Amino acid sequence: MTGTIMGAADISRALTRIAHEIVERNDGAADVVLMGIPTRGLPLAHRLAARIAEIEPAFDADVATGALDITMYRDDLFKNPTRTIGTTSVPDTGIDDAVVVLVDDVFHTGRTIRAALDAIRDLGRPRAVQLAALVDRGHRELPIRADFVGKNIPTARSERVDVRLEEIDGEDAVILRKGE
Amino acid sequence: MRHLLTTKDLSKSDALRILDTATQMAATQEREVRKLPTLRGKTVVNLFFEDSTRTRISFEAAAKRLSADVINFSAKGSSVSKGESLKDTALTLQAMGADAVVVRHWASGAAYQLAHGGWLHGSVLNAGDGTHQHPTQSLLDAFTIRKHLAPGGDLSGFTVAIVGDVLHSRVARSNVYLLTTLGAKVVLVAPPTLVPVGIEPWPCDVVHTLDQALDTYEIDALMMLRVQRERMTGGGFFPSPNEYSRIFGLDGDRLRRLPDHALVMHPGPMNRGLEISAEAADSPRSVIVEQVANGVAVRMAALYLLLAGEEAAQ
Repeated sequence: MTGTIMGAADISRALTRIAHEIVERNDGAADVVLMGIPTRGLPLAHRLAARIAEIEPAFDADVATGALDITMYRDDLFKNPTRTIGTTSVPDTGIDDAVVVLVDDVFHTGRTIRAALDAIRDLGRPRAVQLAALVDRGHRELPIRADFVGKNIPTARSERVDVRLEEIDGEDAVILRKGE
Repeated sequence: MRHLLTTKDLSKSDALRILDTATQMAATQEREVRKLPTLRGKTVVNLFFEDSTRTRISFEAAAKRLSADVINFSAKGSSVSKGESLKDTALTLQAMGADAVVVRHWASGAAYQLAHGGWLHGSVLNAGDGTHQHPTQSLLDAFTIRKHLAPGGDLSGFTVAIVGDVLHSRVARSNVYLLTTLGAKVVLVAPPTLVPVGIEPWPCDVVHTLDQALDTYEIDALMMLRVQRERMTGGGFFPSPNEYSRIFGLDGDRLRRLPDHALVMHPGPMNRGLEISAEAADSPRSVIVEQVANGVAVRMAALYLLLAGEEAAQ
């Protein structure tokens, strides 16, 4: 099955559910820090933070959201064209003893998350690290799993999952495309 | 980008890419853990035919912060002093598996020869060749100016004056081209004896006293060059250090004639009392010490951009 798998309303509902799950799992959101993985994990992290703030008014969405660029931690740096390094921003309070929720758009091989875990290690020592992804498309190559998933999409390895977000692409959609 | 040899043929987009990458590298240097795993398994050789402690340790720090292995090769007391040619040195480094060679040489063009001689597969970074080019120094100067005056942008509309021994200065040559590429206006200030022959095609203005430059231009950054006495064999470039200091030195009075936002820069090492007074060097507008820190970030960026990415077909 190819075509649009999730529309704007589906994405919105999935994020609202994930926000509730994060609050439920962590008995509130007191120590939660959302770290978005650029490019599209970042707007997703901001959206999740805004939703958590609606549930838990004490949660400051701006303060508890950061960006985690993983370029310099990738294991395929020498197999691809040179990548541009993105911005990493950590909340002023740091991430020591916080519950860091990594936010990414598509959860696939697990290599991005492995790199993200290495990057986190250089930034501090969180109490726990959890993973939220809008789409889990399977095909893991490492023993890593997600804690919060918007939608599980069974895919063939050759297929492509494109997540499009209002902030970057002008629309909200998850599209599954046939591979070459 | 495969080599970094000169700023003359560096495009604006490449230059901005290096500066943007350096900004991200600088941000990582404020963390508790400053080491990144990025260039693990890569070998960087510092090949220095000329003494330069600060450039060498800056490159060494940059490579180590990116987890590359660093080998320091200094010409003194090595095979070079026994008469080995540049080619044989290069072949030796190639055999040792150097992924990047940082070269400082007293001869202009040595870095180009090393990069294009067909002796090495790795990348060559010019860390100063004779009186020709010193690209990472000018990149760190541009980085410093940009950080203070134009974060995230180019240098359009800014005027940078470079004062002193232009004749012997690879820093001046590198900066003239890089800063112009980035949109800035460059003014060289030097006695006629320290202006190179054939300067006419350079994209810059030349004036012959510092006072004239301060009167004529609205200077945003003032870069003082070191008087390179070790290259002034035979003398005769200026009558006396005192006279040089009076006409080209930056003292407190001249410092106060600069616009309030203007930066005072120096590539180091400084001759205090000759080209720059202690008052100017230690003033709040001086970014001389910061230039050193920025140098590490810029060199990390250069090493990253040259060494990351697909291994070139060899």
